[in-house]
Amino acid sequence: MSNPNAHLSTVVATEDQLLEGGWEMVVGLEVHVELATRTKLFSGSPNRFGDAPNSNIDPVTLGLPGALPVLNRTAVELAMRIGLALNCRIQPCIFHRKNYFYPDMPKAYQISQYDLPLNADGHLVLPSGTVVGVERAHLEEDTGKSTHVGGATGRIHGSDYSLIDFNRAGVPLVEIVSRPDIRTSEQAREYVAELRAILEAIGASDAKMEEGSMRVDANVSVHKPGTPFGTRCEIKNVNSIRALGRAIDYEARRQIDIIDTGGEIRQETRHWDDAQGRTHTLRTKEDADDYRYFPEPDLVRLEPSQDWIESVRTSLPALPAARRAALSALTGYDTRSEAIVVVVERGQHEYVHAVADAGGDPVRALVYVQQSFAEEGSVPQVPASDLAALTILERDGKVSATQAKQILAELVDNGGGDASAIAAAKGFEAMDTSAIESMVAEAIAADPDAWAKYCAGEEKAAGAIVGRVMKASKGKADGKVVAAIMQSRRSAG
Amino acid sequence: MAEQHSHITAADVAKVARLARLDIDGETVDHFTAQLSRVMDHFGDIDALDLDGVEPMTQPYPLVNVLRDDVEQPTLDTDEVLAAAPEAEDHRFRVPPIIGLEG
Amino acid sequence: MSQSASEIARRVRAGETTARTVIEDHLAVISRRDGEINAFNLVTGDSALEAADGIDARVARGEDPGPLAGVPVAIKDNLCTRGVPTTCSSRILEGWRPPYDATVVQRLRAAGAIMVGKTNLDEFAMGSSTENSAFGPTRNPIDVSRVPGGSSGGSAAAVASGMAPVSLGSDTGGSIRQPAALCGVVGVKPTYGLVSRLGLVAFASSLDQIGPFAGSVTDAALVLEVIAGHDPGDSTSIPQPAPSLVAEVGRGVAGLRIGRVVDLPGGAEPEVETRLEEAFAALAAAGAEIVDVRLPSFAYALTAYYLIAPAEASSNLARYDGVRYGMRVAAADTNAMYAATRAAGFGDEVKRRIMLGTYALSAGYYDAYYGKALKVRRLIADDFARAYSACDAILMPTSPVVAFPFGDKVDDPMSMYLCDIYTIPTNLAGHPAMSVPFGTGAHGMPVGIQVLAPTLAESTMFRVGGALEAAGRGA
Repeated sequence: MSNPNAHLSTVVATEDQLLEGGWEMVVGLEVHVELATRTKLFSGSPNRFGDAPNSNIDPVTLGLPGALPVLNRTAVELAMRIGLALNCRIQPCIFHRKNYFYPDMPKAYQISQYDLPLNADGHLVLPSGTVVGVERAHLEEDTGKSTHVGGATGRIHGSDYSLIDFNRAGVPLVEIVSRPDIRTSEQAREYVAELRAILEAIGASDAKMEEGSMRVDANVSVHKPGTPFGTRCEIKNVNSIRALGRAIDYEARRQIDIIDTGGEIRQETRHWDDAQGRTHTLRTKEDADDYRYFPEPDLVRLEPSQDWIESVRTSLPALPAARRAALSALTGYDTRSEAIVVVVERGQHEYVHAVADAGGDPVRALVYVQQSFAEEGSVPQVPASDLAALTILERDGKVSATQAKQILAELVDNGGGDASAIAAAKGFEAMDTSAIESMVAEAIAADPDAWAKYCAGEEKAAGAIVGRVMKASKGKADGKVVAAIMQSRRSAG
Repeated sequence: MAEQHSHITAADVAKVARLARLDIDGETVDHFTAQLSRVMDHFGDIDALDLDGVEPMTQPYPLVNVLRDDVEQPTLDTDEVLAAAPEAEDHRFRVPPIIGLEG
Repeated sequence: MSQSASEIARRVRAGETTARTVIEDHLAVISRRDGEINAFNLVTGDSALEAADGIDARVARGEDPGPLAGVPVAIKDNLCTRGVPTTCSSRILEGWRPPYDATVVQRLRAAGAIMVGKTNLDEFAMGSSTENSAFGPTRNPIDVSRVPGGSSGGSAAAVASGMAPVSLGSDTGGSIRQPAALCGVVGVKPTYGLVSRLGLVAFASSLDQIGPFAGSVTDAALVLEVIAGHDPGDSTSIPQPAPSLVAEVGRGVAGLRIGRVVDLPGGAEPEVETRLEEAFAALAAAGAEIVDVRLPSFAYALTAYYLIAPAEASSNLARYDGVRYGMRVAAADTNAMYAATRAAGFGDEVKRRIMLGTYALSAGYYDAYYGKALKVRRLIADDFARAYSACDAILMPTSPVVAFPFGDKVDDPMSMYLCDIYTIPTNLAGHPAMSVPFGTGAHGMPVGIQVLAPTLAESTMFRVGGALEAAGRGA
């Protein structure tokens, strides 16, 4: 069956991705990212969050008469990094003016890119393997910020007046527009999480949704497979990845309900209310301004040279996918495993490699870091060699898993330490195997019912036996050794 | 695509005045419509030209890649700027409720 | 007219006169005549005298204050002057003081020049007679019942009446050259990008250029040398230093080929046509070769301009919304505030052009109007390129008419727009052009002859202008 939507997206949902009733949801995401430059896109005022209102302003930022924009080289470089990381084509481009009136728009036009964006035709491969097309990633300037005073909710509706701060006006943004290739809310969340990880990895942005340095708008529509795409609605005010998933699911369901009851979807922009768990109308597209795009006469063509593009490409650090693959090769864990995903997300992958390089056991290193280094940041205080020593102690059976965990906690608290010394100080020593064998025998004698069930195949029954051994050994017995002894006794009959 | 050089109507003028945020009354709309219509009539002359394959010219002097370094420059004094504002409060520009606008 | 700028600077630097004396003399002329002529929106007498004293102190210390030491300059009121009201002759900016200087203003000051005031213009530089000013028209010093031209009417009149030896204007479709012609002074529009636009309140960004008015071609060259040259603060600024131009003025035209546009649209007053013929004859007598050239798309330039310029202007003037500076008319909500503020703050011509420009860019009309105009622009530029392969400079009238009486064209926008028919094409192409006074026409009013040259060929343009001026003095 030919795909009537192939010109927009060639992705077709699998059976298990369809919603109840046989509906296919179609999602495209527009992500605005604040670039990590020192200064604004078109002027030298600081690009800084949290300063006193209207302290980072200049004639360009305020749209004063006679002011002229000059393009920030670093913003272009970071935008190129984003384009390359998303497999885009970097092309000669120009800027356009997007004309509309709003109090936080100092010139009453936004300098953006229209039909000739810097980056085009890329894609993002999600950790789960799905490929989402990236239509474009272009440069544009951010607006100021308005706060609404007097209303009950702090929103425009019912406010008495508004106050405008132009610190954010002119901050460089890259707008990343995906193709409508996303078919589930889960994929949407994965896309945003992976995008964020990429942006952090390449140093383009700290991409924090909660702080507004990454903003996500979702375009959602529904249709029956084989039919043309439905009318889409744009959802704004999604402030976390979790909210994104909820909003998309809600919106798809809302649209399905309307169509099922004979209604039509009106193309509009809707506002996500996370507290109430629903979207509601912000404005319809008919009310939308005619933006009257035309080429920005105050700026000249941007044509990044091949040399520049290549130097950006070669200086790109390893992307999250590559980092996950490297950890996978090191440890044998799957790239999609939680341990690897979490450790790469935290930027602690290099540390794990360092521990392995220092002679540590790679798998234990990965697991220790995943479990205990949540607060550590990408450069943990614990020296890699110290952690390596601990992994070896556990691997060689000198301490049990439980004991290792306690030593680990101390290492983290103190920013390092000598694992052996700590073990000795705590009186930790792994029990030798024969001692454990005796304890297992005693535990079996004390609880013959549990042992009988375990021998009959009930794995859960092992817990009672193991518990007795751990109690008797005051936690010093290595749980894996206990399990091995029980298994071999069971096999032996 | 509309080739309506001969007539810019009062409705066009009213719509365009709204887009441009110019408050003009009915009588002025008519007056402007008459004037603009005469001006637009003259503009029909370019329809005689064959513009197939002609590249649009947006800038007279073809420069490329004019960039500046990402270095901080002095900013304007907040108080001075806000003193020149029509209305200010709490170090910010104050405006009446923002209704009926794209945002 | 007053002493020349070159002479003033020479004498101040040599200690033969003081800057204070110079300024006092010129302030006296202003005081005597500006009540009637209304060239100035604001006279900055006190700060001018203070600056003059500063120049004199430097001379006394043996320092050289620069090539324009002590020279009084009048600045068009659409150029930002720090701390000094810059109104663009509009109510919407009445009283607004910029927190920064335009680059050209900084460069003039660094060269020792002294600003004596801000001159009147058609509101936001939109007009050809200065009748569109919100603060009353400027009168032509030669016949006060007539317009001085526009939009830089105040700057032209200031020089023509001896209030300042030089002044700055801006030219988007002829706004320096046309008033120069109507007032009998020299006016220069440089190559687009030669002079920084930073601090020039934008009308049409791809067309606007700043340039000098002067009583002589040499003085105009002197000022242009000071204000021209690369500015990193303007992305459209050509990355070259200021050219040397004063030395070109007396070089003569022997061996140069001067183009006569045989398909030039007619309709100029007969005396203007006669002066043009005399100009060609004078240059031929001085050793130039006159060659025929064609500019087939020339007549379409007017339409292209009146689609492109208003389109850019509609966007450039959107920032005047009452939020951050300038006039605000209170209203119940922001949208109403915008509409009321802009309705009260802008005059009729500005409103007309904003609406015209908005229409030309609006959905469904872009290709038919703005898009087409950009292509016509390319045709015009190509025409010039072809013509300049056969000649070094082109001569034509600056204005089809001499200065006309007040009220003559104000009610018929199209007739006003036709005043710019000979000046507009060079703005579209981005080439330099200057107007040189050359005799008189009807009612004894001055006629200006326009010298056009290719991109960055200011040296050729000043050579031809200088020769015309010399011949005109003899005529």
